[in-house]
Amino acid sequence: MAQEQKQPKKSSETEEAVETAPETDVNERKEALDSDVDDILDEIDDVLETNAEDFVKSFIQKGGQ
Amino acid sequence: MGTEVEYGISVAGQPQANPMVASSQVVNAYASSTLKARRARWDFEEESPLRDARGFDMSRQVADPSQLTDEDLGLANVILTNGARLYVDHAHPEFSCPEVTNPLDAVRWDKAGEQVMLDASRAAARLPGNPQIHLYKNNTDNKGVSYGAHENYLMRRSTAFADIVKHLTPFFVSRQVFAGAGRVGIGQERPKHGFQISQRADFFEVEVGLETTLKRPIINTRDEPHADPEKYRRLHVILGDANLAEVSTYLKVGSTSLVLAMIEDGYITRDLSVDGPVSALRAVSHDPTLKTLITLKDGRKLTGVQLQMEYLDLAKKFVEERYGSDADHQTKDVLERWESVLDRLERDPMECATELDWVAKYKLLLGYRDRDGLEWDDPKLHLIDLQYADIRPEKGLYHRLVRAGRIERLLTDDLIEKAMHDPPTDTRAYFRGRCLEKYSENVAAASWDSVIFDLPGRESLQRVPTIDPLRGTKKHVGGLLDSSDTAMDLFNRLTGS
Repeated sequence: MAQEQKQPKKSSETEEAVETAPETDVNERKEALDSDVDDILDEIDDVLETNAEDFVKSFIQKGGQ
Repeated sequence: MGTEVEYGISVAGQPQANPMVASSQVVNAYASSTLKARRARWDFEEESPLRDARGFDMSRQVADPSQLTDEDLGLANVILTNGARLYVDHAHPEFSCPEVTNPLDAVRWDKAGEQVMLDASRAAARLPGNPQIHLYKNNTDNKGVSYGAHENYLMRRSTAFADIVKHLTPFFVSRQVFAGAGRVGIGQERPKHGFQISQRADFFEVEVGLETTLKRPIINTRDEPHADPEKYRRLHVILGDANLAEVSTYLKVGSTSLVLAMIEDGYITRDLSVDGPVSALRAVSHDPTLKTLITLKDGRKLTGVQLQMEYLDLAKKFVEERYGSDADHQTKDVLERWESVLDRLERDPMECATELDWVAKYKLLLGYRDRDGLEWDDPKLHLIDLQYADIRPEKGLYHRLVRAGRIERLLTDDLIEKAMHDPPTDTRAYFRGRCLEKYSENVAAASWDSVIFDLPGRESLQRVPTIDPLRGTKKHVGGLLDSSDTAMDLFNRLTGS
């Protein structure tokens, strides 16, 4: 799974590199990140309970510790 | 040490269903489908839920009925071959882990508890006439109710309780920066809109106390050691969130163990006392940017992450001074991960989205807000919060993230599966679990500190005390258990008769 971690530990060098990167690179990175988030959202859309409002309303618990 | 988790429960299509009945159905279905012979009952003899660590007993008359946890109400209550207790506590099914000696094992049996609950709910659904019951590893319904995920740590009795309160409270106020499970909604009843780090923070109202169901305290004083009370106390921690992410649980119990070891050792001389810990606990939780400043009694102002860094700094020095290069691998690993997580949380919390529950959940929620233009009051965001904790692999959003390779694991499925059945080998849970597995016909009851045998030809039940948590290990009794074919053999050899 490590290979799919989108935000691996950065060494200080790479961090500096990001800070000084040209604007376009940053935008590209943001787009890549957005599409990455969109992928998982699409996947999750398929499993979310269908009626969010009813589901949330009816999730009622009795007291616990 | 060990964890105990109360699971949220919902009956599909029946929001008014009685949760005690549903919880019992879950526990009983698991017992019927897995336990071979007679079902050992829980032995309540040594329980004392009203004993206070500050040195007195609360009277039964003034106690809230929910505090009388030593009364056998006939609710389902079984002991498993892995040494765990599976039962109905209040209105929730609960899995109490067997005793373990290290953080990774705590994670392992905590995760095994999720799988036991999953099997239990599926077994319940297979019974004719039973509805579908779904379980959630979370801590609130967002309608004013909270249920717990407790941790227990064995400590030396000689440690002054006042020292525990003094040095542990600031740690607990800030531990949520990595141990929080994330929550949509702020406040107890009729929550305001927004996201916060912790499921539980808003339900804590006092600094120290005995209660667990009302006026919840940051430091709980229940003094029920389940071990020799002259030597030990059991620190009962009720503040934490139920975590799904393995790294969150690992760091939660790992860092807490280290802080407790320092307190036992008298190592902490720095005073990190927080001014108004209850409101500080909430303030930290309410700020996912982690910039909120906590005021210490000495006037310093630190963020939650910086307060954790103070403890980390102490722990690194403590381990170095006391153990040096002899420090075990896991202790070093906890220190390294703790440091790495704190560094990244300080830089940008989002860097921890593959490790920590609250960040993973927050990232998902922000994604939905961005893509669909949702406000924090949108039912869909509340749904995501709840469904993150659904323990079914096909529905639970935590599980979907794991499957997509977006959450770091510490354990394999195989190790967790084994822990559903096998006890840890290095505590008394080994003796309890193996007895349940091998002599189930003859075990009438058991508890943390006893196994009670019903032996052929004996009129009365025979109680074997297991008062020392570190005896009854595989090393200690493995050979004896292997070579005793019957419970009678075992009992005779244990008692020398």
